[in-house]
This record gives sequence, C-alpha cells and structure tokens, in this order.
Amino acid sequence: MKQWFLGIGLITVFFSQTVQAEIVFVTLEKDNALAIVDPIAGKLLKTIDIGQRPRGIILSPDYKYLYIATSDDDTVKIFDAETFVEVGQLPSGEDPETFALNPKGDRLYISNEDDNLVTVIDIPNKTEIAQIKVGVEPEGIAVSTDNKWVISASETTNMIHWIDVATNKIVDNTLVDPRPRAANFTADNEQLWVTSEIAGTLMILDVKTRQITKKIRLDIPGVSADKIQPVGVVIDKQRRWGYVAIGPANRVAVINAQTLELEKFLLVGQRVWNLAFSADQKRLYTTNGRSNDISIIDLENHKVTKSIGVGRFPWGIVSKP
Amino acid sequence: MISRFFMNRFLLKIILVLLLGHTALTYAESIQVIKIAYITQEKKIPAALSNLDAFVQQKGLIGAEIAIVDNNTTGQFTQQSYELKKIIVPVSADVVEIFKQQVGEDISLIVSNLPRTQLMSLVNLDLAKEMLFFDATTTDDELRNKQCQDNILHMLPSRAMRADALAQYMMKKSWNKWFLVMGMMPADQAYAKAIKRAAKRFGIKIVAEKQWTHTYDARRTAQSDVPVFTQGVDYDVLVVADEQGLFGEYFEYRSWIPRPVVGTQGLVPTSWHRTHEQWGAVQIQNRFKAKVGRWMGEQDYGAYLAVRAIGEAAVRTKSRQMKMIKDYLLGSDFALQGYKGNPLSFRAWNGQLRQPVLLAAARSLVAVAPVEGFLHPKTELDTLGFDQSESACNNLNKETLPVKPLLKGTYDSENANSYQQIIQQIINKIKQNF
Repeated sequence: MKQWFLGIGLITVFFSQTVQAEIVFVTLEKDNALAIVDPIAGKLLKTIDIGQRPRGIILSPDYKYLYIATSDDDTVKIFDAETFVEVGQLPSGEDPETFALNPKGDRLYISNEDDNLVTVIDIPNKTEIAQIKVGVEPEGIAVSTDNKWVISASETTNMIHWIDVATNKIVDNTLVDPRPRAANFTADNEQLWVTSEIAGTLMILDVKTRQITKKIRLDIPGVSADKIQPVGVVIDKQRRWGYVAIGPANRVAVINAQTLELEKFLLVGQRVWNLAFSADQKRLYTTNGRSNDISIIDLENHKVTKSIGVGRFPWGIVSKP
Repeated sequence: MISRFFMNRFLLKIILVLLLGHTALTYAESIQVIKIAYITQEKKIPAALSNLDAFVQQKGLIGAEIAIVDNNTTGQFTQQSYELKKIIVPVSADVVEIFKQQVGEDISLIVSNLPRTQLMSLVNLDLAKEMLFFDATTTDDELRNKQCQDNILHMLPSRAMRADALAQYMMKKSWNKWFLVMGMMPADQAYAKAIKRAAKRFGIKIVAEKQWTHTYDARRTAQSDVPVFTQGVDYDVLVVADEQGLFGEYFEYRSWIPRPVVGTQGLVPTSWHRTHEQWGAVQIQNRFKAKVGRWMGEQDYGAYLAVRAIGEAAVRTKSRQMKMIKDYLLGSDFALQGYKGNPLSFRAWNGQLRQPVLLAAARSLVAVAPVEGFLHPKTELDTLGFDQSESACNNLNKETLPVKPLLKGTYDSENANSYQQIIQQIINKIKQNF
C-alpha cells in the first residue's frame, strides 16, 4: 500500500516536471487575452489580458520574448516569455495581423493588410526600417531559414511577392490561385508551400524558379467544396509531413512531403486556422476559432488526442519548450 | 519584272517579320493600359419612407474606384495600368447621345450602372458589338432570359436567385406557408413573380397573395391598415415585394398574427450587406467606409466586382482585348475573389455571375445561401436562379471553354491592333518609297 502511494507520488513528481517542460501560448482575438496552456497535462493554466484583438504571435529564437500583434492597438507588443510582463512595444503600421521573424531574431516583417504594405522592423532598436509596397491585402508572410527571402502573399492581388532580404525590394512575383492565405518554406528552403482559401488548394512552389510545381486539391469526400478553405500550413523539419488547416471543414490535411500526395484528414475543432509544432515536433497544435479550443495531434500516430477549451476566438499559437 | 515584284514581296515580308519581332520586344517592356468606362445617370431623389437613410447619388462609382486602385496595385507587378473613364449623364440628358460622344474606339469594356431600358438602348448600338458590358446594377430576370444579350455580363444576383435563396432558408426553417404582399410598381410585380417561381420550385405554398393599394403615409397606414390587411389568413411568414421601400417596413410588429417579415424588407436576400464580415469582407467594408464614410452598398459591390473581374482576366491573360477578356471570364479557369467564401464565376449560358446570396436582417447576418443540403451536380451555387436547363437565353456559348493564360514571352495578342497599325504604317511607308 505504501509502495503504491510512493509510486503515485513519483508519477506526480515526474508529471509536474514535464509540465514545466512545455507551454503553449494562444492569442484570443475576442477575449483580448493570451491563454497559457500546459499541453501535456491538457490544462489551461491561466489567461492574461494583453491588449485589443491579439492575433499574430511569435516566440523569439532564444525563447525569451513573445511578440504579439494587438491589431486594434496598432502595435506589436513584446512580453517576457517567463513572467508574461509586457517589456516593450514595436512600431507596426496599421492593423498588424500576421508577421514573420528572421532566423537571427532581429528583424520582424509585418503585413499591413489595409495599406498594402510590408513593414520591416529592427527589433533591437525598435524602429521601422522599411516599408515595402505589395499587392492588395497582404496576409501570409514567411522568411526562409537561410535568410534570403521574405515572401508576402496578397489575398486580392493573388500573388506571392518575393522580397530580397538584403535590399528589402521585390525581385519577383508569382501569380497563384485566388486568395492565397498562408505560406511557409520547407526547412531546406527548396520549396514554398502556399494555401489558396478560395480554390481550396495547396500549391508547392519551387524556390529556385519561383514557379508552382504542384497543386494539391484538398477535397474531402462528403464535405461541400465551399467549406474547403485552407489556411495555416506547416512542414516538419525532415520534410516528411506537411499539415494544412482547412478552416470551416474542421480538419487538418496530412500531406506526404516527399511524394506531395494527400495522406489523410484529421478531424479537429471548428474553423481551424493556425498550426504550431511542439519543439520536438512530436505534437501539432491547432487553433479552432469557432469551437474556442485548441486540438492536440500526436504526430507519431497522426491521431487527435485532446482538445482544450481556451477562450473566445483562439487565433495564433506558439509552443515554448 | 514579275520576279522582281515577288522578290520585293519576299523582302517586304522579311522586313515585316524583323520589325514585328522588334516591336514585340519593346511592347513587352512597356506598360499595358486597360481602359474601362463607367456609365451612370443621375437620379431624381425618390420619395422615401423615412429620413433614416440619406439618399446617395453616386451608388456604385466608389466601388469601381476602389477596384481600379486594387487593379493598379496588382498592375505594378504585371506592367499594367488601369484607367477608369467616368461618364455621369445628367438627369435630363440622353444616355445614348452622351455614350456615343464620350466612349471612343479605344474603350471596349463598359461598366454600366443604368436601369434596364437605358442599358438595352446601349447594348443594341452598332458600336456596342465590339464591346462588353458589365451590368453592375440590374436584378432583372428578363434581361437574363428571353431578352438576354451576348455582350452583357450581370454582376448582381437576379431576382430569381434572391427568391431562391430566401426559399431555401425558409425550407430549412420549415416556414413553408407564405403570405405574399406586393406593391403597385412593375419592379414589385417582377419581384413577386420571382417569389412565386421560388415557391413552386421548392414546394412552398403561397396561402394568400394581396396587392398593397393603401396610402404610403405612416401616420394612418401603419397601425390601422396593416392588421386588417393581414387578418383572416394563417401563414408562417409574410413575404413583401416592395423594391422601393414605400410600405414594406410597416408590416413588422403590426401584422394581425405575430409573424416574421421577409423579402424586400425584414430578412432580405442581397448580394452585399453591412452585417457581412466573414471571408475577409470586413477588410473591404473597412476600406470602403474609410474612403467615403458610408457603408458599401449592392451597386458598389457590383461595380467593384466588374472592375476586379476585368483586372483578374487582364492579369491572367496578359491581354486587354475585349475578346480575350470575355473568353477568359466565361471560361472555367476564371475564379473571382468576392469576399463570400466561394470563388465567383460566370454562367456561360446567360452571363450571370454565380455567387452566394446573403440573407440579412438589419443588424445581423442570418444565413448565406446556398443553404446546406441543397445539392447540385455541378455547383451548389447553381441551385440559385435559372439553371442552364431552365434558361431561356441561348445567346452565349453553351460550352465553357477553358482558356489557358499565355506564357511569358509568347505572342502577346493584346497588341494585335497595334501590330496591324504598325504593319499598315510600314506598308504605307514602303509604298511611298516605291
């Protein structure tokens, strides 16, 4: 009996240590708050107020700071990732929504949707160093891991703009399917994956030629075509699997990143928008805007293991090891 | 002599080929200008039920202007420039005369914000044969059926599409006994006709049908006439056909039995509404409001879509020729982002833009049609309005031909006119020398 209790005690200690190991941050667009979640215990730890209409969220490469776009405050706020205290603000242009960080962590590229601009921020000096004119309603933005390219996807112009990091100038444009939403480079920087919300497609662009080399239609049997609205897209580091959030279809598509074939769909919460890996890439987290929760996907088995209620309109998500 | 003649012809051909190659290069580098005309006529301020909504003279124009800016933002990456020529015909002036004066041969793409009769007087002109009209305002079913023209594309949903959208939602709610009230205007009759067609199509029963012949004065009408008018019938919803908004608003809260009001008032089927925020709509709503300080209306949306459709076709085909643009718009590759989730495209059989129809109450978006469960073998959007098999319009292509956009560096057909002019100039020059 005693041993049994000891066993329980040890397990509890073991678990409470793993609890410390990983935290997931979720911006809540309608609650003006940040949810802090323990993904292993499957618990919402706490919710803190952070500013009006928080959307995009990024963790600095050293895991020390969180950058959060509080869209209706027209600013990007910096929070200490340990204490959750606001430590500063960055200029952002109007209505910041999505942004991307360079690999070094000292440049932030922000989409200003209403002004058709990408704003470049020098983080250490907290200054705006460039504004790049792009197409109508820029949204998706990504920096290649070799720090050569910034790409901006404009939703109404239907283009991917290729911005040279060295000059902050557009050097090429690729016409893509209507209403491109999100884009991400593969870790080897050979491919750029882009989702089209209207055409319901995932497009694979070759970074060298900057042309579309493959289009994957994300049709789901039994789900009407207008519900197939792909948004967030991520690819694992080994380029084994890619994942696409399909909005109102309430599913995440699993793509074989080697063959570029559609593998299967995983049912998650309602209106799934953004995706984030755990640091070890063993789990994938999804924000489900309408069911007000996040889903956790076990990537070894490609199974949805848990959903955790977080608050109203979960939008952006990052994981801190 | 003969051989010399042939030799000359041969040389001439070589010169032409060389020159054309050269000009093609220079043209590819220069900016392609796409000219669009926007035509409307000023309106007399109509009688209104109340002063709640101010009369807006230029409905539509702002939508076209925003779309031109959007096209030009895209155009800076495709070496294209879009110009909007605005033709605003005064109330007393003749639309046809002014159209003839102001639209030159260099413009073949016309966005029309004119009622049916004026639009028809333009599209039947001789010079209109080489033009494509984008009807940004009518909802007329006749114009999309028996009276259809192959040089008009319709941007807004027809009355039939609206009525079907309403019927689908009513079916979902099982509110399938309708009391139809219509006004005296021809437009009201047309709206009522569409409602009756939808009722028949979806198996809804119209249990009563009455024409409103009472006064439009709120002080007498509202409380005294409406209860009597609606008395003695059992129904689920009151469907009002009053396009001008002269009496429809009186029915809510005043009917004999408590029933919701739908149709031209109450819950309205519409292509655009201020309550619509999904699918990025909030962005265009904000941009519009920031520009003019009022909400975007249906005609603004129609004109916006027209100019954007031209932009989309010109970018994808790299052409400004009416024929190329038209083929692309009617082809299967065309997909327009219209802030309503589905990609928008044209019905090749009658030039109607397929699109979802919003069902909106004053301060809340109630549903978006096609309503879930109404299926169609091709696209659910075609459950709204006249489908191909029901259409009385045979003017346009029955087949949708996929048109592939031209690749970089291939023959650029947009300059075909310019090429012909250049050829003519060269021939003239050589003739002079001979």
